[in-house]
Amino acid sequence: MKRQGIAEALRDGIAEEMTRDERVFCIGEDIGVPGGWGGAFTVTLGLAEKFPGRIIDTPIAELGFTGMAVGAAMMGMRPIADMQYGDFLFLASDQLINNAAKMRYMSGGTVKVPMVMRAPIGATGRGSQHAQSMERYFTGVPGLKVVAVSTAYDAKGMLKAAVRDDNPVMIFEHKLLYGSKGARAEPGAVDATSEIPDGDYTVPLDRAAVRRPGTDVTVLGWLLMAHFAAAAAGTLAAEGISAEVIDVRSLSPIDYETIGESVRKTGRVVIVEEGPKTGGVSAEICAGIMERFGDHLQAPVVRVASADVPVPFTPILENAYRPDAARIAQACRDLAGR
Amino acid sequence: MNGASAANPPALPDPQDRDFLLGLYGTMVLIREFEERVKFLFLEGTMPGTIHQCQGQEATATGVCAALHADDWITSTFRGHGHALAKGLTVQEMLDELFGATTGCCKGKGGSMHMGNMAKGMVPGIAIVAGGIPLAAGMALAFKMQRTQQVVACFFGDGAVAEGAFHEGVNMAAIWQLPVVFVCENNLYGASTRIDKVMKNPRISDRAAAYGFQGETVDGNDVLAVHAAARRAAEACRTGQGPVLLELLTYRRTGHSRRDACHYQAKDEREAWFSRDPITRFATQLLARGDITPADLDAIKARIDSQITQGVELAKQAPQPTLADLTTDVFA
Ligand SMILES: Cc1ncc(C[n+]2csc(CCOP(=O)(O)OP(=O)(O)O)c2C)c(N)n1
Ligand SMILES: [Mg+2]
Repeated sequence: MKRQGIAEALRDGIAEEMTRDERVFCIGEDIGVPGGWGGAFTVTLGLAEKFPGRIIDTPIAELGFTGMAVGAAMMGMRPIADMQYGDFLFLASDQLINNAAKMRYMSGGTVKVPMVMRAPIGATGRGSQHAQSMERYFTGVPGLKVVAVSTAYDAKGMLKAAVRDDNPVMIFEHKLLYGSKGARAEPGAVDATSEIPDGDYTVPLDRAAVRRPGTDVTVLGWLLMAHFAAAAAGTLAAEGISAEVIDVRSLSPIDYETIGESVRKTGRVVIVEEGPKTGGVSAEICAGIMERFGDHLQAPVVRVASADVPVPFTPILENAYRPDAARIAQACRDLAGR
Repeated sequence: MNGASAANPPALPDPQDRDFLLGLYGTMVLIREFEERVKFLFLEGTMPGTIHQCQGQEATATGVCAALHADDWITSTFRGHGHALAKGLTVQEMLDELFGATTGCCKGKGGSMHMGNMAKGMVPGIAIVAGGIPLAAGMALAFKMQRTQQVVACFFGDGAVAEGAFHEGVNMAAIWQLPVVFVCENNLYGASTRIDKVMKNPRISDRAAAYGFQGETVDGNDVLAVHAAARRAAEACRTGQGPVLLELLTYRRTGHSRRDACHYQAKDEREAWFSRDPITRFATQLLARGDITPADLDAIKARIDSQITQGVELAKQAPQPTLADLTTDVFA
């Protein structure tokens, strides 16, 4: 056992998979440059020396390197692509959505695309184009698996499961959760470290995780919002409100079994999302809950999400934009009182 | 609507004129001192956000923008402070923006990576590498359709030429002979990656020939060479001979962003480029003329220093947005 942050856990996970399976390689911008950073958030730091020729630094060409990952995967390799910031997935999305996600179906089930795309998201003082919550743009794409990792344990386990999966898997990470130290440290970072077991383990790509059991209200969130939801639950406990916090974690497909068990128990649901409210993943989860467990709800589902605006730069507005523990707690109070 | 002046643009000043040259020098010093102060404020922790700075690259922005008329336009990138100052944005509106104030050039909503002012011919910086290239071609298409005499100078880095957006944008500008000067600031690195790792042909201006238009490589640390090339390019654009690709060879003296220590830059390379610093070089040239003294240059720097100091004081007290500002400006 050792205590690790998400960046270190991902790094070890990638290294272990590369050692286990020589088809695994990494591709992306600034991921293996000597004297460089090991990617924008240090995840691949030091791996280029360990795995010569298998940490591939590309030109700034997201569409290109993503397409190459798709092609290499089709020919039997197991690429892990690194998107410096999730926002640049828009450039790569043609290859992901039109090629990676559809190859299997279009080919009548004869093609496999076992690739991983990792991308950090989150509003972090960088302004509108380095901040977006990108998961919503990919969760509705049949043929793509989408997960979001909020703890170091999950990050390593889901990374490994994704590498071993025969389908394209997108892993969303959060800039405030890497826990990277030193030069690349982020102001406002939240502790997402875990005890990491010594041996090999995987975490399934289709299961939510109950982070804190409770009986009065179910709070669903992922990435940074899972942490804020847990903080809100702590506050609420002191007030006598018992919130069950679920880290949704697998965003496509969504684990309605775990969610349903909780909804049947509490009858009240708050869904928290960092992206804008309109068109978010929370809308899909809300509809899914209504269809499956509507009869068990004692009050309408509540969403706590960001404003329907681009991410603002100035800290005052950025903090007002994004949900925080106080807003989540208030939504739970309001709902529990109904 | 796009700021086109009705009359023919006024002639540009004589490039040998003493005041004009001192103006170029002043702009370069302004950019350097602004960036140094911002770096200090950032490291000190008073300034929020992230920063991408341009110390060492002052001659590119200065030389190009001095070749443009007031109603010409520029597009910029995440590394846009120098472009903004050279295009005439004020120290105050930029510092206010960096401090997230409503008096900033983008009301605190843009920040360092999106500096701009539509009233001054600068589109907010586009932080997606190469994202400004097709956009600038589109602006030039508008100028052509509107039959104005305007030109857009589109700034981007060496890293951008690997993106599809570069190739799509320059090709369309070429086939329709659009008035856009593509200004590639080749500082040898895209983030931590040196150009020789990511291009087989590192002569970026050669790309123009592949698409059938003019390209030129220029010493980007020689402000007069940059200026002369930019004048020729803008003139070509105005007479329907556009577009033009200018590759300006330069070097970033500071980190890519934030606290980057540049360990990927070789020591001898850094030293070689430091000895070609654009400001020191230009100062030497100016002093050799005989009609400019060290005291003249010192006075310029002193004036700029106090301007920036005053600007910082004001910016620290500038009005911050209220929550009502969160939802404004989304739609026109
Ligand atoms: C599409 C896209 N990919 C990656 C990035 C991350 N990024 C920001 S700046 C940069 C390097 C850009 O290099 P260059 O174009 O040479 O400009 P310079 O930084 O040297 O001014 C990278 C990779 C980005 N902003 N946009
Ligand atoms: Mg560069």
